[in-house]
Amino acid sequence: MITAPSPVLTKKNYLNEAHSLKSWLLTKDHKRIGILYLISVTFFFMLGGLYAAMIRLELMTPAGDLLESNTYNKVFTMHGVLMVFLFLIPSIPAVLGNFLLPLMIGAKDVAFPRLNLLSYYVYLAGGLFIFTSLILGGVDTGWTFYTPFSTSYSNGYVLTTGLGIFIAGFSSILTGLNFIVTIHRMRAPGLTWFRLPLFVWAHYATSMIQILGTPVVAVTLFLVVLERGLHIGFFDPAYGGDPVLFQHMFWFYSHPAVYIMILPSMGVVSEIISTFSSKKPFGYTFIAFSSLAIAVFGFLVWGHHLYVASQSVYAGMVFSILTYIVAIPSAIKIFNWLATMYKGSVRITTPMLYAFGFMGLFTIGGLTGLFLASIGLDVHLTDTYFVVAHFHYVMVGGAIMGFLGGIHFWWPKITGRMYPEGWSKLSAIMVFCGFNLTFFPQFLVGYMGMPRRYHVYPPEFQVFNVLSTAGAGLLGVGYFVPFIYLLWSLKYGKLAGDNPWGATGLEWKTSSPPIHQNFEVTPVVTQEAYTYTTEEVAHIG
Amino acid sequence: MASQSTALQHHFENAEQQKDASTIGMWVFLVTEIMFFGGLFLAYMVYRQAYPAAFASASNKTDLWLGAANTTVLICSSLTMALAVHYASIGKKNLIVLFLVLTLLLGGTFLGVKSVEYHDKWVHHEIPGANFECEGCADAQHASLFFACYFGMTGLHATHMIIGIFIILYLIVKARKGDYGPEWHTPVEMFGLYWHFVDIVWIFLFPLLYLIDRSGGLKG
Repeated sequence: MITAPSPVLTKKNYLNEAHSLKSWLLTKDHKRIGILYLISVTFFFMLGGLYAAMIRLELMTPAGDLLESNTYNKVFTMHGVLMVFLFLIPSIPAVLGNFLLPLMIGAKDVAFPRLNLLSYYVYLAGGLFIFTSLILGGVDTGWTFYTPFSTSYSNGYVLTTGLGIFIAGFSSILTGLNFIVTIHRMRAPGLTWFRLPLFVWAHYATSMIQILGTPVVAVTLFLVVLERGLHIGFFDPAYGGDPVLFQHMFWFYSHPAVYIMILPSMGVVSEIISTFSSKKPFGYTFIAFSSLAIAVFGFLVWGHHLYVASQSVYAGMVFSILTYIVAIPSAIKIFNWLATMYKGSVRITTPMLYAFGFMGLFTIGGLTGLFLASIGLDVHLTDTYFVVAHFHYVMVGGAIMGFLGGIHFWWPKITGRMYPEGWSKLSAIMVFCGFNLTFFPQFLVGYMGMPRRYHVYPPEFQVFNVLSTAGAGLLGVGYFVPFIYLLWSLKYGKLAGDNPWGATGLEWKTSSPPIHQNFEVTPVVTQEAYTYTTEEVAHIG
Repeated sequence: MASQSTALQHHFENAEQQKDASTIGMWVFLVTEIMFFGGLFLAYMVYRQAYPAAFASASNKTDLWLGAANTTVLICSSLTMALAVHYASIGKKNLIVLFLVLTLLLGGTFLGVKSVEYHDKWVHHEIPGANFECEGCADAQHASLFFACYFGMTGLHATHMIIGIFIILYLIVKARKGDYGPEWHTPVEMFGLYWHFVDIVWIFLFPLLYLIDRSGGLKG
């Protein structure tokens, strides 16, 4: 092993160039904004996790003994709303995307730094609305806000929550807009489209969904708010309004929203797999275009949420076929990652463990999605725990594995320090095991017929629910341990140096943590991404 | 006139890159706006198709002449806006201000006429809700959906106009200071795109809400 010169912290970097609170809260630096997002999404993740814990505790026994049914409705709704709109959607794009996109393309910042800061505060304002409705007494409609329940019958705070999501949506739109312009116009000299890291391609596809889908859910929730406040009749059958129209408009966004969560994660995994195999990704263009294909097809599948909601069978068949088609670009990615590792010099690091976890869990989540895409089977499985398990495998197993993998992978770049290797591996394994223990039994119990969103269930389902709750405990510890050691590493972590992994991206060419302007000199790119030279390979030892 | 160097933000390499970024950003924003209005257009189409008789008779309640006058006003405001952009690009300060003010006045006129129309609807109880009435409407029960669409779509459009008017005020202040010239007038140009977009939305709204079925010739 070649001993690299012992790393030192950059004397002046984006973290220490100014210390006042104002310099953080009014920063236009994409790196600091990324950190602000990291703090906020972590807060909302913990809050959402607290609600998840309450759900799992309630479901330990068949009787409704911990929460009343009304309270239970509010608990699972707040869990969904917090996790989907305030954690999963912004998690990777707003934290890692913000931090890394400009670094990866050799730019000094995103195209519109002020807009970037504005998006953060718009997000916070949306979060504040949702938090307020939570304090006032919560909302009980489920995160899907189906009409006419949400507009006419619910006793919860639909108005404030709906407005909160409406507002947070604009943050997502503006971030997407900013990224698209950044990728188009801010690339360093020589950085052509097909030299871009796959993380950037994934974020480009994500941004497309954000700008095309989010406005639709915004106007939909706005109509729900109008309907609830003024009873204008849009979704109210009493006036001839069509509640199913709401479902169409809602899922037109909310299905692609799953791809907002998963695509950036796939970008992260592409980076991790290539780096720790020291090998160019197998089929770079296929991975890049499969991101775009997922974004495009993702817009054409919303009807698979409406098989049992009065949609015509013929429409259902078309949506079913289109849903199967989305499996193709997803599978392309999985196979290409496997092929990348084949004959690579694979290193088992913590980010790599998360990437493995992603591949396993996403594959299960994706394949069970095909079960649900087939019309006949879906009639049996609709609104059962099978659906809950399926989308948690994708959204938690996929998106959060990618998020944690990415946080570990770029932690040395973000903070300049390493996380403790042993603890991080242990917690990655705990997350993986805990996750499977939590959600795999839900496939079984869902297939047997346990419906979602009920807090009382027949006693024969108890064993699965106890397993699931036990798994949730382990999963909770697995999530909590990184929170502790990452904070610890801020002060006590080993210094990382500029490029601890022997990775090739431009972000590893600058110092750790990067300086305010990202690069001393604007880099000029002369080769494709992922060109591992002997120097970088030797660095690994 | 502000020199190029003060207008160029630190993270751009040159003025051309900065302008390109603004232009793409604005077009992308307009795409999101199309999707935003798109949800309402979808609802309109679904309900028009479901209740043709109600929509036909309810749309006859709109004031064709006020609508047509407003369409003319708005098209004229697009012309004055385009002229403001043109004079910004050649740096004629007084003319920029003049045409921005004209645009402002035309926009204000539009909103004034619109509020007369709204008031009219209010007086005739044609606002969806508990006191809704639609005198002489076929299928009066579903006519309120037409007015829900009418208020939803024109209301969102008017909101965009109001926001636009505040931006024009800002631009007028800046233009009076002589901030815009041949080297840099991106805000005027970008706002021009926004203003034309809002106009085009109205160009779709006018036939959808005022004209279809006016002659009684089209039967759903």
